[in-house]
Amino acid sequence: MKKITLILALLVMCFGSSGLALAENLINGAGATFPYPLYSKWAYEYAKKTGVKLNYQSIGSGGGIKQIKAKTVDFGASDAPLTVKDLSDSDLLQFPMAIGGVVPVVNIKGVQAGQLKLTADVLADIFLGKITKWNDKRIAAINAGLNLPDDTITVVHRSDGSGTTWIFTNYLDKANADWHSKVGFGTAVNWPAGVGGKGNEGVATYVKRIKNSIGYVEYAYALQNKLVHTKLQNKDKNFVEPSMETFTAAASGADWKGTPGFAVILTDQSGKNAWPIAGATFILVQENPTNCANAKAVLQFFDWAYENGGQMAKSLDYVPIPKNVAQIMEDAWAKKIKCNGAPVWTK
Amino acid sequence: MQVFDRHKSYKIGDALFKGIAYFFALSVIVLMALIFIVLLKESWLSIKTFGFKFLYSTAWDPVSGDFGALPAIFGTIVSSLIAIIIALPISLGIAIFLTEMAPKWLKGPIGTAIELLASIPSIIYGMWGLFILAPLLSEYVEPYIIDYLGFIPIFRGAPMGIGMLPAAFILAIMIIPFISSVARDIFRMVPPILKESGYGVGATKWEVISKVVIPYTKSGIIGAVILGLGRALGETMAVTFLIGNSHDISIALLDPATSISATLANEFTEAVEDIYLSSLIELGLILFVITFIVLGLAKILINRFSYTGRR
Repeated sequence: MKKITLILALLVMCFGSSGLALAENLINGAGATFPYPLYSKWAYEYAKKTGVKLNYQSIGSGGGIKQIKAKTVDFGASDAPLTVKDLSDSDLLQFPMAIGGVVPVVNIKGVQAGQLKLTADVLADIFLGKITKWNDKRIAAINAGLNLPDDTITVVHRSDGSGTTWIFTNYLDKANADWHSKVGFGTAVNWPAGVGGKGNEGVATYVKRIKNSIGYVEYAYALQNKLVHTKLQNKDKNFVEPSMETFTAAASGADWKGTPGFAVILTDQSGKNAWPIAGATFILVQENPTNCANAKAVLQFFDWAYENGGQMAKSLDYVPIPKNVAQIMEDAWAKKIKCNGAPVWTK
Repeated sequence: MQVFDRHKSYKIGDALFKGIAYFFALSVIVLMALIFIVLLKESWLSIKTFGFKFLYSTAWDPVSGDFGALPAIFGTIVSSLIAIIIALPISLGIAIFLTEMAPKWLKGPIGTAIELLASIPSIIYGMWGLFILAPLLSEYVEPYIIDYLGFIPIFRGAPMGIGMLPAAFILAIMIIPFISSVARDIFRMVPPILKESGYGVGATKWEVISKVVIPYTKSGIIGAVILGLGRALGETMAVTFLIGNSHDISIALLDPATSISATLANEFTEAVEDIYLSSLIELGLILFVITFIVLGLAKILINRFSYTGRR
């Protein structure tokens, strides 16, 4: 009997506290899986400094958007920006927290990292299944001097819905009319060709295993798995290598201030060194929060992250948000997030 | 008087126990009904939008919101059936060896090993399949299948080590412990007198096994197969790693395919639109119904083949 009372008491504590804990130094967030390592690193450092804990559940962008709309969490996170209509319908504000790059990777005998050059149009036709051999005329035309085999290309894509896929397909969609009419872009699409691997690690493994394959992964996975990346032609017609610098070049060229809802899409940005497949991952918060103390705690956390999180982001292969962009976001917080008519964010 | 009191208190205890047992047993049915109702409710949007077309449509286009379940249903059933075809003879062989031929000192270790295999989490099989089995298949098995059996359409495709056949292979490995340990227990229940009379009239070991043991245990073996099939139909992680996750129906077994549970595991997290989520839940509903039908068929088969002793 004693045991039962003890268990009951514990249960009451568990359930009872989850309702109260909100106000007690705990911020709840849910959403995208891609920035999860970064947010948990930040949360760890932030808790050490301030005692405020962050509980971030990486349940996927879809779940994160649903939960912030239902107001069950203090913030949501999404890999793809929400549309302006979606934001205003649900009374949400979004802002970017980190930038990632997507990199095409190949497994062709004799081809080293950075040797193969591709354009968006050719890449789209490979993923459409229209270019089927590595020694196709159109690939050879931009790769003079590179010896490419007469072998069938195996396309590898993500099988799970993902922000990586959103960014990648958005890039192909902009460049190739056929892709636009047949496939479009989204976190998951109707792939015309190839095999699907689960997660970045799934695609990375498939590309390593399958000869003559091509896939796309987050930059960090290409680095860690020592995959052979390609060069890509950007809007300014330069062939660029994927790196922190070229991702940052893509981000700083974007017009954050002038884009409604900050729904900036970082694919195919202009700039001499801009890598063409980059994307930001976003945080979603209520514009008129019901729990003002928590809303403020969330903004304080992300302000701290903008200010101090850059180095940690770089060490995990994410590109931090440039300072001038962070300033634009904080101005928007001050203007738009209101509790009982008074601004939540003042600095 | 005392005796009477004791009797009475036992009666109350009995009634209480009966009530509790009833409640637990009924709660299983209630739980099933609730799961069914929730699945139906959540997939209603998709059922209303696509109707019966959902069952035979091959579309899977999250961008335009057009969904169909046929590739997933096809992949689920075909991969499970191939797994059974591979696993059944091997499992029966193991069970027969253990009950009829193995020396005593070998029975224990093999029996334990099989039970251990059954308790390995499926994600481990998936990782092993992807990192060890897939490269082996693509290097040493699939090229030969394509070269020598490629004239049959089902053995065409690229030797990637990932696709319908590799997924069925891993499923077979996963269900062999289930089928073989159940079959072993059933073979043990064959009355020795039947076997001995077989040997008595001069039958060989093979004749006793094929003419006495197997016919006697037919319904039990069917039960074991259904158990394996049940596990294969719903298996998720191992299949997700190996099946290739492509929403196409291909007659070639080396090509990538998908299954219901793999689709759910892959796409649930990022399904933002209502119709997308609803379609995924309808897939779950379909898997629920398929499993129900399989179990129903099993009941009918077991009843028909039950050994009655007459005949």
